[in-house]
Amino acid sequence: MRDVAVVGFAQSPQVRRTDGTTNGVEMLIPIFAEVYEKLGITKSDIGFWCSGSSDYLAGRAFSFISAIDAIGPVPPINESHVEADGAWALYEAWCKIQTGDVDTALIYGFGKSSAGNLPRTMALQLDPYTLAPLLPDSVAVAGLQARLGIDAGLWSEADMAEVAVRSRRDAESNPYAQLRGSKDAAELLTDGYLADPLRRHDVAPITDGAAVIVLAAEDRARELSANPAWITGIEHRVDSANLGARDLTTSASTVAAARAAGIDGVEVAELYTPFTHQELLLRRDLGLGDHVRITPSGGALAGNPMFATGLVRIGEAAAHISSGAAGKVLAHATSGPALQQNLVCVLEGRS
Amino acid sequence: MSVTAPLSAPIELAFDYTRSVGPTLGRFMTGLAEGRIVGVRASDGRVFVPPVEYDPLTGAAVSEFVDVADEGSVISWTWAPSPLEGQPLQTPFAWVLVKLDGADTSILHALDVSGPDAVSTGMRVRVRWAGERVGAITDIVCFEPAEGPRTDITRTTVEPVEIVTTPVSMSVMHSASGNETTYLQGLERGKLIGQRCPQCKKVYIPPRGACPVDGVPTVENVELPDRGIVTTFCVVNVPFMGQKIQPPYVAAYVLLDGADIALMHLILECDAADVRMGMRVEAKWRPESEWVPGLQNIEYFRPTGEPDADYDSFKEHL
Repeated sequence: MRDVAVVGFAQSPQVRRTDGTTNGVEMLIPIFAEVYEKLGITKSDIGFWCSGSSDYLAGRAFSFISAIDAIGPVPPINESHVEADGAWALYEAWCKIQTGDVDTALIYGFGKSSAGNLPRTMALQLDPYTLAPLLPDSVAVAGLQARLGIDAGLWSEADMAEVAVRSRRDAESNPYAQLRGSKDAAELLTDGYLADPLRRHDVAPITDGAAVIVLAAEDRARELSANPAWITGIEHRVDSANLGARDLTTSASTVAAARAAGIDGVEVAELYTPFTHQELLLRRDLGLGDHVRITPSGGALAGNPMFATGLVRIGEAAAHISSGAAGKVLAHATSGPALQQNLVCVLEGRS
Repeated sequence: MSVTAPLSAPIELAFDYTRSVGPTLGRFMTGLAEGRIVGVRASDGRVFVPPVEYDPLTGAAVSEFVDVADEGSVISWTWAPSPLEGQPLQTPFAWVLVKLDGADTSILHALDVSGPDAVSTGMRVRVRWAGERVGAITDIVCFEPAEGPRTDITRTTVEPVEIVTTPVSMSVMHSASGNETTYLQGLERGKLIGQRCPQCKKVYIPPRGACPVDGVPTVENVELPDRGIVTTFCVVNVPFMGQKIQPPYVAAYVLLDGADIALMHLILECDAADVRMGMRVEAKWRPESEWVPGLQNIEYFRPTGEPDADYDSFKEHL
C-alpha cells in the first residue's frame, strides 16, 4: 500500500442560500484557487480529479459535467464522479493513487440544497418499491430513529438538546459555519416539535456549500505539506435498504468500517451526524469516551452542505493533524437514511 | 457589465418509473392487490415484511412465503404536522414503524390519528385498505387504530403483479449564472451577448461561469451579430411525441460571426438536403412583442445565400 495524505483543504462559506447555479461553479472556483495558492500548485499538478454531487439536488441530468468547467478541463483531464458525498469521491481517489497511476488527486463535493425541498428530495433515495412512493421525508425517518433510542433508554430529548448546544457553540470558532451559538438546552427544550420527538435544534440546517481536498502520495505529500495528515485507515460499509429490518438504534455499518479502519486512540472524531441523536448513537457504537473531542468544527448541525459535508469532516479532522494539535483523528461520513451507509477515515501525523 | 440578481425560474420535473418487481417483491405486490400481506421466512426463522429477495444471513434465494396479519403494533412513530404533497395523508398524521403480527421486521407507513397524543409506542393498529388496489404499496392507504368496526374489503385473486409504476416528481428553483443572466436579458432586447475569457480571449455564447480552458469566469461583454455559419448538423428524420416541425428538418451548430463556440438551433426555409457545413445563415426572429429572456426569440436560422465559408476557417470549432 502507498502512503497517502491529505495535504490541502478549502471550503466555501456554509450558507442558507446562494444566488449561484446548481452546478456549483460559483462556489468551486474560489476554493480551487484557495487550495492551489496554499499549496503553491496549479491544475497541471493534479493527477486525478473526483467529485461528489447529486442530480437530484441540482434538478438536472449530468449536472457534474457543468461543474467540471470550474477546473478548466481543456486539454482533457483524468476525472471521475460519484453520485454520493465527496467523502466517497475521496475514497475513489485514494484507490486511484494506490494503483500507482497518479501521485496527486483533487476531490471536491458541492450541493445547492436550497434549490429544492431537501427533506422531500431525500425521500427519493429510499427503496423505490415500498418506501419512496410514500415520500417519507428525511426528518420523518430520523424522527422514527430518534424515538426508538428514546424508548430504549439510550438517549433522551435533553441529551439531544445538549448535542445541539455543544455543536453550535463549537461552531462559534468556525468561520464557515452557518449556525453559530446556541441558547441553553433548557430553553431549547421549551420549543415545540418539528417532527416529534425532534425539535428544530435536533435537525441540521439546509445549506449550500462546497469543499475541496488535495491528496498526495509519499514524497509528493512531504513536498506539499510540512505536516501531512496520513490516511492510515479508510473503509466504508452499508446496511440493508430494508429500513424496517434494521436495528435503527445502532449503525452496524459504521461499527464495521471503524473496526476495519482501526480507530483506537483517536483524540478527535469529526462525525457527520445531521440529527442530534445520531451523534449520541455513534459515540456509543464507536466507544468514543469523554477523552475524545467530538466534532469540534460544529459539524453538520452547524452547516450541512449536502454532498460536501462528509468531505468537510475529513478536511476538518486533517487540520488537527496538520496543525500538530492531535496525533490521531477520525472522520466519518454518512449517506442514505438513518445512518445507512458510512465511511470512516483515520488520519495520523508522523514526526 | 450590468450587475443584477441572476434570473431564476421554477422547474417541475416528473417521471413515471415503471419497475419490474421480480418473483419476490412480485408476491408482496400481488398480495397487496388481493388484500393480503405476504412476507418471507429467512433461514433463522425470521419473517421479513416486506420480503427480502435473498436471505440476509446466507445469501441464498428465499422461497418460503408466508401470509402475516394486517394488524400489528407500533414500534416507533413521529408526527407529521404539515404533510407534503404526495405523502399518504394530507391532514396531519403520524409516520409509524409497524410490526405486523407474524412478522419480525417492521413496515413504514402513515397512521391516521387526530394528533400526537393519540399515538404511542406499542399501540395496536391495522391496515386501511384502498378500495381499488393495483399491486403497489399505496394499496395500503394508511394504518388506523385497531379498534371499533372495520370497513370490509373484498379479497380477490388477481393475476401476478409484474410491474409497479412509481410517479416521481420534484420542484427545483433553477438559477441562471450571472453571466447567463446577461445573455438572457440581452435576448429579451433582441441582442446576442457573448463574453470573452480574460485569459484565452475566446468568445463564448452563452457566456460561462467558467471558461472550460482556464477555469475562470468570462467577463467582457461582446455583442455578436445574428448571423454566422453552420459548422455541423444533423437531419432529424425520427418523429417523436411533442414534435413541432414535420421531419425531415435540420438541427445544427451555428457559429455566430466572432464567436468561438457554436449555438444549437434549427435551420429552416430550405430543404434539409441542401444544408451543408460552412453554409451562411441568419436568425429569423419572432415578433418583438413575443420576446422573452430566452433563445426561443429566434425561431430558427435560414440560409442567407452568401458563399459558403472555407472549411479551414471553422475546422477548429468542430
